[in-house]
Amino acid sequence: MIAAVIPIALTLFAIGVLLNLYRLAKGPDITDRILALDTLMINSIALIVLADIQMQLGIIFEAALLIALMGFVGTVAMTKYLLRGDVIE
Amino acid sequence: MQLALLILMPLLGALLPAVRRHDPVVRLAVLAALPALASLMLLLSLLPQVLAGETLLWTREWVPTLGLSVSLRLDGLAWLFATLITGIGCLIILYARFYFAGKSTAGRFYTLILLFMAAMLGIVLSENLLVMLVFWELTSLVSFLLIGFSWDKRGARRGARMSLVITAGGGLALLAGIVLLGQVVGSYQLTDVLAAGDEIRAHAQYPLILSLILLGAFTKSAQFPFHLWLPHAMAAPTPVSAYLHSATMVKAGLFLMARLHPALADTELWFTLVTITGMLTLMVGAFVAMFMHDIKGLLAYSTVSHLGLITLLLGLGTPMALAAALFHLVCHALFKAPLFMMAGYVDQATGSRDMQQINGLWRYMPALMVLTAIPAAAMAGLPLMSGYLSKKMLFVESLQVSSPDWATLVIPVWVTLAGLFSVAYSIRIFHNVFFNGKPVELPIYPPKKISNSALSPLFLLAAATLAVGLAPQLAYQWLVQPAVSAANGLPLPPYDFSQLGARLPLLMGIVALIGGLLFYMARNPLFAIHARLPEVDAKEIFEWLMQRCIRFSQHQVYGLENGSLQRYLALLLGTAVVMGFWATEGFRDWQGSIALQPLDAMTLLGGLILCGAAFGVAIFHHQRLPALLLLGVTGLFVTLTFARFSAPDLALTQLSVEVMAVVIMMLALSFLPQQSPSESRWPRVSRDLIIAGVAGLGVALFAFAILTRPMESISSFFLANSVSGGGGTNVVNVILVDFRGFDTLGEITVLGIAAVAVFAFTRDLHLKERAVPIADENWVAEPHPIILSMVARLVLPIAFLVSAYIFLRGHNLPGGGFIAGLVTAVALTLQYMAGGLAWAQSRMVMQFRPLIGAGLLVALFTGLASWVFGYPFLTSAFGYVHWPLIGKFELASALVFDLGVYLTVVGATLLILANLGKLMTVAGPGKEIG
Repeated sequence: MIAAVIPIALTLFAIGVLLNLYRLAKGPDITDRILALDTLMINSIALIVLADIQMQLGIIFEAALLIALMGFVGTVAMTKYLLRGDVIE
Repeated sequence: MQLALLILMPLLGALLPAVRRHDPVVRLAVLAALPALASLMLLLSLLPQVLAGETLLWTREWVPTLGLSVSLRLDGLAWLFATLITGIGCLIILYARFYFAGKSTAGRFYTLILLFMAAMLGIVLSENLLVMLVFWELTSLVSFLLIGFSWDKRGARRGARMSLVITAGGGLALLAGIVLLGQVVGSYQLTDVLAAGDEIRAHAQYPLILSLILLGAFTKSAQFPFHLWLPHAMAAPTPVSAYLHSATMVKAGLFLMARLHPALADTELWFTLVTITGMLTLMVGAFVAMFMHDIKGLLAYSTVSHLGLITLLLGLGTPMALAAALFHLVCHALFKAPLFMMAGYVDQATGSRDMQQINGLWRYMPALMVLTAIPAAAMAGLPLMSGYLSKKMLFVESLQVSSPDWATLVIPVWVTLAGLFSVAYSIRIFHNVFFNGKPVELPIYPPKKISNSALSPLFLLAAATLAVGLAPQLAYQWLVQPAVSAANGLPLPPYDFSQLGARLPLLMGIVALIGGLLFYMARNPLFAIHARLPEVDAKEIFEWLMQRCIRFSQHQVYGLENGSLQRYLALLLGTAVVMGFWATEGFRDWQGSIALQPLDAMTLLGGLILCGAAFGVAIFHHQRLPALLLLGVTGLFVTLTFARFSAPDLALTQLSVEVMAVVIMMLALSFLPQQSPSESRWPRVSRDLIIAGVAGLGVALFAFAILTRPMESISSFFLANSVSGGGGTNVVNVILVDFRGFDTLGEITVLGIAAVAVFAFTRDLHLKERAVPIADENWVAEPHPIILSMVARLVLPIAFLVSAYIFLRGHNLPGGGFIAGLVTAVALTLQYMAGGLAWAQSRMVMQFRPLIGAGLLVALFTGLASWVFGYPFLTSAFGYVHWPLIGKFELASALVFDLGVYLTVVGATLLILANLGKLMTVAGPGKEIG
């Protein structure tokens, strides 16, 4: 069952990643692009978890954990820059 | 050991005046005199052994594979020089006590003079030629500092630089000569070299060796045309001039020639080079000295002339000439030092050194006049004085020259003429200063009084000059004879001083005396003629030459290194491409024997996205923010690639570094315009494209070729030994904290230094104005939105928890101090962004620099702790304990080391971040972030 579901899920998330990239490339606004990168991070979490299950490694979950914990910090920095022109003030 | 002490006492003693530099001059003089006197006493106690003809040796291995051993040697020659160095040194220390009275620089002077004394002693006492060279360079360096003593004066700086360029340049030639010499002989030990004289002289490289070594000796001893530095070195304080430029430094070159006499001398080439150089120096010095109005200038040129005289005698090559040379060397040191001291006192008393102004000082300082009369008479070579004898010895030796033909007549005439000049300038310095009418427009009038005790060093030296003149046999027997015997390796017969009364030398002496007197009486018309001659200032020419050299090398350097990073990259990559093509020419089998793995769709897609994003960064790099976003994509996909190919440690590290990098780049972006201008034209862009493309493809090809081949690497060792040797199953971490722990220690040290450097650079930098004040539709007035602040606070404890988890499990599973440190740093960075600089900084428990230091110390002491248990540095220990609830738990010393890594990473990252963030912040934390 799992063996059949994982490739499907992976494919779906891969499509999601491609759509993120499309938005990242097209824009039109800089905020769209930032959000696209942020969503890309979230999709990567899913990809890592799925890949780990598929390959039965059990050791790359932490990568997903770290993306979840810190992935948005970059987004915060960029947003802060857009809103105030400065990251730390 | 006694020999080592001779050098070590002044060397270590130099620390005393440096430490107590605020003490009064009297106490400093005592402090400095103690080691010098101790060395002198030790030397005197060794005199019986030296007189008995013994050669004392002391050796300690240093770098045996290079033939380097610290070996010292004391024989007659070394003893003579060492006694001069320490003896005159003591008197100079006494003299400086009066010269520097009331000045704050005395401590520096005493430190340097003792260092110089140690270096000079090192030269004359070295048994190993390479060790001697080290001391030789040391004298060049210390004399640079001494000549530039009054560094706030331009003349002093220039004089110091000139002497350094000339003497250190000669030192390089000497280095080359000595290395060649050592190769010919097969040893650098003086004993071996001196014994191999015939072998050296017969060798094909003898002319080269001789020229190089003589170049070193001539530059040091201020021989023509390298004599220029000596007069300009007169910018030094007078005690320095008296010590370095009469008694010691310039004598080093003469010492070298005397020392290597058995190995190098007694050939046609030696005779020609040394004698002619000596003759030229003798004449130039004597002639120019007469026309110097500056007392110290006159003395400097007279020193040049006397050095030439001694060199001339050394060039003649006979044992008797060597004896005459050393005898004159002793006399010269004894009479030149008091003359310099006199010049110093006159300078201080009258404020001038110009002999056109200073006249008739006998009224004001009669005692000084008497004490000057004796050395001046010795310098002129008047009867009963030491100089009389040494000059006669010169005349006698000059008459002994029998070959080549030109020399038999030229040399006696030449030395008589030079003797004439020396009589003239000796009369001049004495008569002009103390008689010759009244003082003219002296800056200090009437001249200050000199206390009688201040004259004591002059008195001692004048007495010594008289003593040598009255009892030459004794001085000869005790000083010169053992020295010449040691230098030649043959016993020297006693000198027959009665032969000096023979007709011809006497006649030469009388001609010189009367001629000199006449020359002096005719001085005023001669000065007038001299003043009309075009003035050639050697210093200006030298400076011009230096400037040209500097400009030339600047031109060369900047022609290549023009600051364009594109150019550097193009050169680097271009070279790599050319070399790669050259190396792989004709190579066809790029694919190795290992079968390719099947390609799955996801990996292919990831690879394509990675390539696309990388291209995108290059294409859109003018728009900085979008380019940064694309960079984020590449970073993310590199992380995914690491995860896909089972490298979780790399994935975690890449991820945390990526986040930190984005934040720091965003910080930098606030200082920069939104778009970078387009500066490159299409030919350059296409050139770069081709180079980069070929280089990239080449790297890919190499990677492909290597990955498809079976390859033995050291990874199997680490895999096999990770648990048994390091007690951890995570090989990456065990390598970092155990197998290669020393590397890691170095790396975190570099990290700490880099962070502190950022701190130092940004310390006083404030960029309150933003590069581009943007106020578009995104602009908000609220600097710290409340939702963000609240979320950020929630994240912090979770992040700490994750950090602790990753840190603790690191030894066995993916993780470790470095990643944990970055996670902590990112979480704290978030606080800075969400709450503001002042808010976050006020909540930091400690500053970051102490944190970095603590981290480094923890790591270092973990390593050192293994010493306590008798193991090599950074040996790790581990054991297992059972804790209730948690179960079996490993305790490894590597964990403590990892804690050091963790602390350093946190401290360094935040130090950089907060200081960059501070740059534009108007409402700063109110205190330094560090």
